[in-house]
Amino acid sequence: MSDAAPILEMKHVSKHYGGIAALNEVDFVACPGEIHAVLGENGAGKSTLIKIAAGVTDPSEGEVIVEGRRVNFRNPTEAMAAGVVCVFQELSLLPDMTVADNLSIVSPPLRGGLINGRAQRERARELLASIGCEDVHPLELVRDLPLSRRQMVEIAKALAKKPKLLILDEATSALTAADVEHVYTIIRNLKSAGVGILYVSHRMHEIEALADCATVFRNGRRIETFKKGERSVSAIVQMMIGRELIHHYPDKPVPKPAAPVALSAKNLSWGTQLRDISLDIRKGEIVGLGGLDGQGQRSLLLALFGVLKGVSGTVEVMGKPHRLSGPRAAMRAPLPLALIPEDRKTEGLMLPMNIRDNISLASLSHFQKGLRFDGGKEHSAVGKIIDRLKIKISDLAAAVSTLSGGNQQKVVLAKWLMTNPGIILLNDPTRGIDVGTKQEVYQLLRDLADKGVAVLFYSTDYAELIGCCDRVLVMYNGGIAQELMGQHLNERTIIETALNVDEKGQVA
Amino acid sequence: MNDLRHRIHHNGGLLAAIGLFIVMFIIYISNHPVGLTVAVATTASNKAVLLALVAMAQTLPVLTRGLDLSVGMVFILANCLASVIVIGTIGEGLLGITVVLGAGALAGFINGAIIVWGRLQPIITTLATGAMYYGIALYIRPGPGGDVQSDIADLATGQLFGVVPTTLVVLLVIVLIVWLPYRNSVPGRAALAVGSNEQAAYMSGVPVQRAKLLAYTLAGLLAAAGGLMLTFNTYSGEASAPIAGTYTLNSIAAVVIGGTSLFGGWGSAIGSIFGAFVLRTIEDLLFVFDLDPLWQPLFQGVVLLAAVSLGALRVLRIRNRLELFT
Amino acid sequence: MSEPKLPVSAFPALRFSFDRSLIIAFTCIILMLFGGALYSREFLSPEYLLQQLQISAFLGIIASGVMMVILIGHIDLSIPWTVTLGAMMATAFAGWYGDTGNLLAIPVGIFCGAMVGLLNGIGVAYLRLPSMIFTLGMNAVVQGLMVLHTGGFAPQDHATDAMHFLAVGRPMFGIPNALLIWVVVGAFTTFLLTHTAFGRRVYAVGNREAAAYLSGVNTNAVIIWCFVLSGAAAAFAGVLLAGYSTKAYQAMGDPYLLPAIAAVVLGGTNILGGRGNYLGTIAGVILITLLQSILAVMQMPEAGRQIIYGIVILAMLLAYGRGEINRK
Repeated sequence: MSDAAPILEMKHVSKHYGGIAALNEVDFVACPGEIHAVLGENGAGKSTLIKIAAGVTDPSEGEVIVEGRRVNFRNPTEAMAAGVVCVFQELSLLPDMTVADNLSIVSPPLRGGLINGRAQRERARELLASIGCEDVHPLELVRDLPLSRRQMVEIAKALAKKPKLLILDEATSALTAADVEHVYTIIRNLKSAGVGILYVSHRMHEIEALADCATVFRNGRRIETFKKGERSVSAIVQMMIGRELIHHYPDKPVPKPAAPVALSAKNLSWGTQLRDISLDIRKGEIVGLGGLDGQGQRSLLLALFGVLKGVSGTVEVMGKPHRLSGPRAAMRAPLPLALIPEDRKTEGLMLPMNIRDNISLASLSHFQKGLRFDGGKEHSAVGKIIDRLKIKISDLAAAVSTLSGGNQQKVVLAKWLMTNPGIILLNDPTRGIDVGTKQEVYQLLRDLADKGVAVLFYSTDYAELIGCCDRVLVMYNGGIAQELMGQHLNERTIIETALNVDEKGQVA
Repeated sequence: MNDLRHRIHHNGGLLAAIGLFIVMFIIYISNHPVGLTVAVATTASNKAVLLALVAMAQTLPVLTRGLDLSVGMVFILANCLASVIVIGTIGEGLLGITVVLGAGALAGFINGAIIVWGRLQPIITTLATGAMYYGIALYIRPGPGGDVQSDIADLATGQLFGVVPTTLVVLLVIVLIVWLPYRNSVPGRAALAVGSNEQAAYMSGVPVQRAKLLAYTLAGLLAAAGGLMLTFNTYSGEASAPIAGTYTLNSIAAVVIGGTSLFGGWGSAIGSIFGAFVLRTIEDLLFVFDLDPLWQPLFQGVVLLAAVSLGALRVLRIRNRLELFT
Repeated sequence: MSEPKLPVSAFPALRFSFDRSLIIAFTCIILMLFGGALYSREFLSPEYLLQQLQISAFLGIIASGVMMVILIGHIDLSIPWTVTLGAMMATAFAGWYGDTGNLLAIPVGIFCGAMVGLLNGIGVAYLRLPSMIFTLGMNAVVQGLMVLHTGGFAPQDHATDAMHFLAVGRPMFGIPNALLIWVVVGAFTTFLLTHTAFGRRVYAVGNREAAAYLSGVNTNAVIIWCFVLSGAAAAFAGVLLAGYSTKAYQAMGDPYLLPAIAAVVLGGTNILGGRGNYLGTIAGVILITLLQSILAVMQMPEAGRQIIYGIVILAMLLAYGRGEINRK
C-alpha cells in the first residue's frame, strides 16, 4: 500500500516560535490508503506538524510536497483545495449557526448565486446519516448540541470536503463508544477508497485497533516510523516519554472504611440532567465517575461546586449542611472544595496572564493584609507549589499560554492546591495531556488522598478510572447506575454498566 | 412541524420586536387625535425610516461581532453631501444620489479596511474615523443650509398611489435588494460565521476578511441611504454632532431591541428595522400623551433603559451560572 | 503555541515594563512638543507645560475611572452626563444648603456620580446587560434628570470657592491644584491595580470572567466597584470643571467621552479588557491634551481639527495597537 506515491511529504521541515523550535528538521511521509498514527506527548510537535499540513501555519524551513507538487499554503482554504482536510482538536464549528449551515459553510449549494437552503438541508441530512448521526436535526443550532454530537458534526463536515488526506486530531476524545465504532468504520472505508489518514490520539488502544503504521515525535523531532505490530505498547510509550515507565498507576491502599464521610449528597436532581443522585465520599478516598459521555457527570460536579441553579436535594460537608450557592461558598465549606473544570483554556486559566497570577488567583485573600497585598509571601508560596508539581517554566512572569497543555493543567491544579482543599472535584483532568503528566497527576491524586483529601474524579478514560480509583460510580441518563469496586472494577463491567445493558459488549 | 419549531426558535428575537412594535403602534394610533390617516402614516414612516436605515447599517458590523460607532457620522456626511450635489435636473439629482451612496460605501470600506488590514478594534477605529467623517461633513457644510432636487425629494417623502408612504416602499426595496440577498449569499453567511466564532470560521476556510470588509462597506452604504432620506425630508444639510451621536446610539438600541446579539453571530437587519420603529413610536407616544417637554428626555431615557433591560430576562432562564459569562 | 508576544506584563508593579506602546506614546509627546516649539517658542516654556498639565488633569481623572471599566472588558458610555451630574449636583447642593452645602458640595457631587456607577454596575453585573447599551441608557436617564433639574428648580449653578480653588489654585510652588489632585487619583489607581488583591481580580475578570468566577472571585462585586470608581471619578472631574469655568452647565461633559476612551486605548490598554497599565493612560491623556492644544494654537478650523484628530489616533494605533493575526 505504502508503495503508492505519497500524498503528503515533508522534507527537513522546521518551525520556530521565537527562539524555540517546535519542530526540528522533520521528514515525514503520508501515503494514500494508509492509516498513519501520529504519537507523542503534548509539545512534542504533533500539533505543529498538523498545522503546517493543514495550512494554519507555515514552516520556518523546509519543503511541503502534496501529490508531487511543492506547496506553500497561505491558509486552511488553500490546503482544503489541495485535498488536505483537518478535524481540529479545538472544534472549528460555528456555535450560533445551524448544523446544515456548518456542514456547507464554505461551498454551499447555490441557486441563482444565493445559498439554496433546501438543498443544503438535504445534503446535511445525507451526511449525518452517513456517519450514523440521524438523531441530529439539520436545523438544530450547534450550540444546543452536546459535545459528542458536535464532534460527529465536525467529522461530517470534514468528510463533506472529499479529502485526499484526512487529519484527525484527537477527534474521538469526546465521542460515545457507539460513535467511535461508526468513526472506525468510516475511517476504514475511506482507507479502502484510497484516502490517506493521519490519526492523532492519546488512546493507545485506538491506535492498535486502527493504524497501519505510526510515527512517534518527541521534543519537535521525529523519533521513529514503524509498521503495525513492529513495536510493543510499552516500547512505544517509552519512545514517547524517553524514559522507562515503572508503574502505570500508583498502588492503591487497603480501604479504610472508618474514615469520616467528607462529602455527602442526598437526592440531588437538576432538570433532566441529574436524577436523584446520592453519594458519600470519605476522607482519603478517590471515587471515580464513569459512564458514557454526557450522562450527567459534568453537571454533577458543577452542581456540587454550586455553579448550577435550582438543584434540589441536600449536600453535607463533614456532616454539616452545605448550601450550593456558588464557588465562594464551596471554598468556605468546613472542608474547602476545589473544582478542576472541564475546559482549562476557558474555565481554568487566564491564558494571557502570567503563571504567578494564575496560580494565586483562588487564594489571593491569604496574602492580603488589610488593603495591602503581600507580594513576597505570594511569591514564595507560588514558588513552592511550582516545585511540588514540577511545573516546567522559564519565568514566573511568562504568560500561561506559552506553556504546553500538560503544564497548563498543572497550573490549574496548583491554583487549587494553594487553597488547601479538603475535597477535590476533577472534570476529566487528563484529557489532551501527555502520558508523562498523566502519571504525575495520578500520583498527585493518590498522595493527596493519603493525606486525607477526598477526591471525586470524572474521566472519559476507563483505564484511568480502574487504575486510579478506589471505587467508581457509573452514571447513566443522569443517575448513578451502579457502584463498582474491588474485583468488580474492570473495563468490562464499566462498559456494561455504562451502556446499561449486559449483552454484546461490542466496543472497546 | 419539526422544521417550523426550529425556525421559530431561531427567530424569537425578531418576532418579539415585531410584536412589541404592533402593540405600541396600536396604542399610539388609538390615542392619536386624528387616527390612522395617510398623512399620519406618512409622517410616522418618514421619520422612522431614517433610524431604520441607520439601524440596518449598524446590524451588519454587529453580526460580525464588531460595532460601527461612525454610522451616525456617515449619515450626517451623506446628508451634507446630498445638500450640495443632489441638485439641478432629475438626471443630475440621480447622479448625485449615486455619488452620495458611493461616498457612504467608501467611508464604510475605509472602516473595514482599517479593521481588517490594520487589525484595529472596531470600536476605537470607528470612533476615530467617525471624527474624520464629521470633520469632512463640517468642511462641506460649515453652517446649516443647502438644497435638494425637489422632484425626487417630494416623490421620496410622499405616497405611492396616494396610499402607501414611499419611504416604506424604499425601505422594503432595500430589504429585498440588499439585505435578503446579502443574508443568503456566501459572504453574508460568512459574516455571521465570523461573528459566531472567528477562529473557527478561519479554520473552516471561511473568507473572514472579505466578509468583514463587505459588512462594513454595506453599513456605510446603508447609513448614506439614511442620510439621503434625511435630506429629502429636510431639504437641507446640517453637520450636527448631536444628531450624529443620537443616531449612532439609537441605532445600537434598535439593533438590541430587534433581537440581534451584540456578541455577534445572531440576529437580522429586519429585527433592527422593527427595533427602530419601536424607538420612534415611543417618541410619538410622548407627543400624543402630551407630556411636559421638560419631562420628555427623562421619560425617553427611562424607556430606553427599560427596553434594553428586557434583555435581563435571559438571566432568569439560565440555570448554569457559567452561561452568564458568555 | 502562539506567536511570541510583547512582554506585556498583565500585572505591572511599579517596575513598569516599558513596552512598545509606552515608548511610542512618550516619543510622540516629545515630538509634538518640539514640533510645536518650531511653530512657537512658547511650547517649551514651563508656564505652557504646566497649563497643559492642568488641563490634562480633568481628562486624566476621568480616564482613570474609564480605565478601570475598560480593564474588566466593559465600557462606560455614561461619562458625559455623569460629569455634568457631578458638577450640577455639587453647585446645586451649595445653593440649597448655604454654608453646610458649601462644605458638602464636593462630596455630594462625587457621591452622585458613584451612585450612577453603582446602577451601571448592577445592570452589567446582575442583569448581565451589555455595558455599552446599559450605560448608554443610564446616560440618557441622567441627562433627562439634569434637564428636569435645571428647568424645574432653577438652582444655583455657580461653583463654590472651594471648587474654584481646587480647579485653578496654585498655592504650592505654582503647581496647579488640579494637577496635584490628578497625581493623588493616579497614585490611588496605580496602588489599587498593582498592590491589592482587588487589582489582581480586576485583571482576572477582564481576561476571563468564567475562570475568575470558578476560582472563587466575586466577579459581580469587582464589576460594580469598577463602575462605581468610574462614576465617582467622572463626577469628581465634573466638580473640578465647574470650579474651572466657575459654573455648571448642560452638556459640559460631552467633549470628554471620546478623548477619555482614546487616551486609555492609546496608552496601551486593551479595549477588550485584561491588559494595560496606568503609566500608559498618563501618556495617552497628555498626548490627547497636547494634540488638542496644538490644533487650537494653530487656529485650525473645527473641520480640520476633527479630521486631524481622527487621523492621528488611527496612525498611532496602527503603529502599535494592532491585534494579533489569526495565522500563527
